Order: sequence, then structure tokens, then C-alpha cells
Amino acid sequence: MRDRGLIFGGLAIFLAAVTSPVWYNLAAGTANKGPEPKLPALEKECVAPVGTMRRSHMNMLISWRDQVVRQDKRTFEAFNGKKYEMGLTGTCLKCHDDKAAFCDRCHEYAGVKPYCWDCHVDPKHLERSGG
Amino acid sequence: MDRRKFLGVAAGASALAIAGSALPKVIGGGGGQEDAAPKIRWAMVIDPSKCLKKDGCTACTAACDKVHNIPDFKDPKHEVKWIWKEPFENAFPEQENNFTAERFKEKPFILLCNHCDNPPCVRVCPTQATWKREDGIVMMDWHRCIGCRYCMAACPYGSRSFNWFDPRTHIKQMDPSFPTRTKGVVEKCTLCEERIARGGTPACVEACPEKAMVFGNLSDPKSEVRQLLEARYSIRRKPELGTQPEVYYLVD
Repeated sequence: MRDRGLIFGGLAIFLAAVTSPVWYNLAAGTANKGPEPKLPALEKECVAPVGTMRRSHMNMLISWRDQVVRQDKRTFEAFNGKKYEMGLTGTCLKCHDDKAAFCDRCHEYAGVKPYCWDCHVDPKHLERSGG
Repeated sequence: MDRRKFLGVAAGASALAIAGSALPKVIGGGGGQEDAAPKIRWAMVIDPSKCLKKDGCTACTAACDKVHNIPDFKDPKHEVKWIWKEPFENAFPEQENNFTAERFKEKPFILLCNHCDNPPCVRVCPTQATWKREDGIVMMDWHRCIGCRYCMAACPYGSRSFNWFDPRTHIKQMDPSFPTRTKGVVEKCTLCEERIARGGTPACVEACPEKAMVFGNLSDPKSEVRQLLEARYSIRRKPELGTQPEVYYLVD
């Protein structure tokens, strides 16, 4: 074990190099930073509790889509008995009026590209682009 | 009981049992349920003589284009149309004769999806992206359309259009309350089901300055459409194909 110094020294350098991004993030204070979607300023209540919306808003949207388009059902009764018209642009975007600061921030963080907006229109984007 | 007798009795008994369970279904379910008319059967009655009063009027098509974000690809080969005009001889090729009344000759007729009772487009769609609703509307689910265009080949009325290009950049004025389509999707008239759901009438019917189009429920004998069909003579496009189109043209 004459090369003990070299072996352990090399291992230490290797570990430091491999874990360097973690140290870098810890030092910069960005390690636990998640996406920061901008919540509606006035509305305090969504169509389902926050946890449910975070976990499964995509399932709800697909279910809404199928009910409206395929079954001609348009009213959603929320967990608290409130009734909403099922619709992405009309209902969701009415409160979450800034798609870029709400939808996009999380989707970019999570690296998902939902194709909702290939067809559905964000009225705000329309204003900005002047179209 | 010998073997032959036993087999005979057993066969007879099982035949009776099968007949007993199957016959009531055959007799009772033969037609009753399917033939029962739905409570609502939306249809359109068009009075061309009123429509022709105003030459060059495009109120209905313009209204439709606007509320449904219909793109305007300049090339007629790529045209996307839900409601459009065609001369009498093109709309009713089998009705053409040498002495077609002057008021119909070469005058434009309003055409749209006929929302057939027996829609061939629905039969051929491989993804069930198009289907007939209980109220008679031949509906489309653009989420589900894969753009195979079978429905376009099947439709004898040319009511379906294909988006050869991205339609977004060809929409004159975008209405955010209605989605656009994407490239590679078929679209057609949905009889404004989104407006009917809110108790409204189709945009074209509402926009027509001459009230030449009447929308209503064929299952209701007191409805305006039924009254018109009772009082006047109507024709439909290519009824000989058996598609049972539900857009009627008053021609008397």
C-alpha cells in the first residue's frame, strides 16, 4: 500500500468533481428552489384542493375535455358543491389569467410540453402578439 | 328408455329451452327501441328564395368563420369551409334539367354539413373522432382526429375540409373562446353545438338578415321546422344515397 496517498487523494478529487454541481447549488442557495407559479391575486379557491390540482390537474382536464366534447356535459360540481362550467380558456384562464407565469413556469421546470395550446387560445398571448 | 329415445327427448328439451329464452328478445327487441324517436333531433330548413333576395350576401359564412376561427387559405384547393355557397346545379346535380327555374339557375345555394341520420363519415372514421350524437348532430372530436381523411372520402356532400397547413397563421381575427385546429386535422360544421348547449341557435341562422335559415327540433311537431316542412315542398341533397340528410331546402 505504498500508493495509499495517491489512491485516496485521487478518489477524493474524483468525488469532489462528481458532486461539484450539488455543492455549487448549495452555495448559491438554489438547491431546493422549485418552480414559482404565480397564483391568482383575487381568487383563493380552485375547483379542487391545491394538492389534488397539483397532482392531477392533467387528468381532470382530460376528463373535462371528454365530458364536454364527447358527452355534451358542461357543468362540473366541485368538492365544495360549487358549480363550474368545464373549460380551459373560459374557466381555468379566467382566474389563472397569466398562462406564462402559471402554466408555463411549472411545465418548463418539469420539462413537459402539453399540447393544449396548439389549439386552445391564450387570450393574453393574443393581446401581446396583436393578433 | 333406450339410447335413441333419450337423445330425442334431450334434444327436444334443449331446443325448447333455447327458443324460450331467445324468442322474446327477437320479438320484443326487434324494432321498438331503435325506432323510438329521440326527444331532440336538430335540423335546418333553408329557404333559398329568401336567401337569394340579397345578392352577394355573405353574412352567414362570415359569422361562422368568425365564431369558429376558420382559417382562410387563399388557394381554393386548400379551402376550409363549414358553410358555403354553390350554384343550384352543383348542389342538386340530379335535379338539373334544361328548364330549371330562372330564380334558381346559377344562383348560389347555402350548403353545410347535412348532419345525416345515417352518416357515412362516422362509419369510416377509424378513431371515432366523429360520431352521431343522440340529438342528431354529427360531432367531431378534434383531439382525436388523426387526419386520415377517410371521412372526407366518404362524405358525399364535400362538407369536410382538411388543414393542409397550420391554420393559426391564416385566421383573420382570433376568438379565444373557441379553439383553433392544427395542421393535419379535418374539420366541419358542428351545427354550433357549443351555442346550442347554452340555449342559442347556430351563428349562421342568427346572422342571416333575411331569416332564410330556420333551425329547430324535428321531433317536436309544433316546431317551426316541422311547420315549414308540413306547409311547403322541400328537397334534400342526394337523398337517393340513403344518408338521410337533415338539411332541407324549400323550393316551391
